[in-house]
Amino acid sequence: MKKIKISNVFIYIFLSVASFISIFPFYWMIVSSTNRSFDITMGRLLPGNYLFNNIQTMLNETNFLTGLWNSARIAVIATVLTLLLSSMAGYAFEIYKSKWKDIVFRLLLLSMMIPTATMIVPLFLMLATVSNTVPAFGLDTIPAIIIPGLASVFLIFFFRQSTKMFATDVLEAARIDGMGELGMFFRIYMPIMKNTYAAAAIITFMGSWNAFLWPRIVIRSSDLHTLPIVLNLVNATYTLDFGLILLVSTLSIIPMGIVFFVLQKHFVAGMMGSSKG
Amino acid sequence: MSNISLKEPPQAKRTLNLTRFKRDLVGWCFILAPVILIGIFVVYPMINSFHLSLQSGVGRNLNFVGLDNYTRLFQDRTFIRALQNNLTYLAIQVPLMILLGLLYAVLLNKKDLKFRSFFRMCIFLPAITSLMAYATVFRYLFDQQGIINALLLNWGLIQDPIGWLMNPVLARVTIIAALTWRWTGYNMIFYLSSLQNIDEGIYEAAKIDGANAVQAFFKITIPLLKPIILFTSIMSTIGTLQLFDEVVQITDGGPGQATVTMTQYIFNLMFWYNPDFGYAATVSFAVLLMILTLSVIQFWATRDRDKPRRRA
Repeated sequence: MKKIKISNVFIYIFLSVASFISIFPFYWMIVSSTNRSFDITMGRLLPGNYLFNNIQTMLNETNFLTGLWNSARIAVIATVLTLLLSSMAGYAFEIYKSKWKDIVFRLLLLSMMIPTATMIVPLFLMLATVSNTVPAFGLDTIPAIIIPGLASVFLIFFFRQSTKMFATDVLEAARIDGMGELGMFFRIYMPIMKNTYAAAAIITFMGSWNAFLWPRIVIRSSDLHTLPIVLNLVNATYTLDFGLILLVSTLSIIPMGIVFFVLQKHFVAGMMGSSKG
Repeated sequence: MSNISLKEPPQAKRTLNLTRFKRDLVGWCFILAPVILIGIFVVYPMINSFHLSLQSGVGRNLNFVGLDNYTRLFQDRTFIRALQNNLTYLAIQVPLMILLGLLYAVLLNKKDLKFRSFFRMCIFLPAITSLMAYATVFRYLFDQQGIINALLLNWGLIQDPIGWLMNPVLARVTIIAALTWRWTGYNMIFYLSSLQNIDEGIYEAAKIDGANAVQAFFKITIPLLKPIILFTSIMSTIGTLQLFDEVVQITDGGPGQATVTMTQYIFNLMFWYNPDFGYAATVSFAVLLMILTLSVIQFWATRDRDKPRRRA
């Protein structure tokens, strides 16, 4: 073992402080979910025995389970469909390259600059119109949350970039064997690109799990609330039950934590793809 | 390709063209669905947003008012407040986060440092939290009765609890602190992976030439990381100008309107005050114009000035 260099001592101190600041809110959040609200406000930093009571309050007074169920199914459906659509497009832009497809691709990239904030007003009005004719896809439905975000230009770009590394001779060989174009995509491309899919799945899952603004605009009825909406309402309604609200926060971070530890290898590639906001 | 087909008999040429046409068509089919979706849910709303911004009225009864909404924008105190807030978050939080992220990345890239992966893991961990959850934690950390005040009181550093979220300046500080906590580790990962591609030899050469660590950082590291710094700063600019979740959860725009953001104002114009979708669209179009302008400025500011010009 090498000795720790003197010049590095300040670096160790600095990084320890930085790590402490990064970890402390997690620690406080988790520990507080086992404590009584009063003890938390007195500055208690040790685990307590109030976890069961907090869970009881949560189940009785909040919409947590509904929110968890909705967030989970929306995230799963959105991830599967988004991955399918954007990987097919990214694949086609590269494998069936043509002048016109490249022009369409550039236009798609340009549309990435358009912020969500700019689209919410017209989209809301559009959905309000849809509600009158096809209520199943209008406001206050799950399709209304999922469909507008299904086509992700970023993921199309991401898949196209990854397809550039893809050895196309495999496809030529399959063609000679008489395999159809769809078969080549599903039976050859998809299995080979599973790492790219894992990274893309993380991007989409996190995006969906975090989404607050759009679901908040679309959803009215409480049985369609997602976890971020539940958290927002608990924050607005149950003033100062620290134990309760920090328990709900802890539980809504856990699924992302699981995704993180399961797909850790792909997580960094996935992070590079997701964006702030 | 054309050479080969010239040598082929006419029959083969036709089948070749036919398969090529077929494949081109298959390609378009693969692309079709996302292109239509983006047309309906991104491009059309953007155009419609401009169209709506020329109208005003209560709810969905809108009349054409020309550019009135845009003149209203400049006299609207809430909008100006929101704009100032967004620009404050942008001007303070984004540079702070990028510099801190760079610093972490450079330190964690030192090969002789122990516990590197432990530190990296700790600093990165905030990036896996969901936005609403971390915002909630910060709202209660900085509550009047939160742990920050409790600790400061217990240690005797303050006599009375500080109203972090009740004071306009402190409330903004809290939001900036929260954003920095959540996103610094995330940006660090980008810098760290770019740093790993830099050849160590450059630093050795600089050391021999007598450059110290600070000079090496500003003269070597930053210029080499310029593309990734540009990328992260544009992403952060776009994110910060659209800030919504954190402010809603931590301060709900308060105290008064001290922390309100543009996206939050759009939301309020749609659902809270007398809904005016035309004016809400005007604010949202202003956000679009600002994001485009700032992105262009960032590209321009970081352009390669040293590139030799061919026709000088």
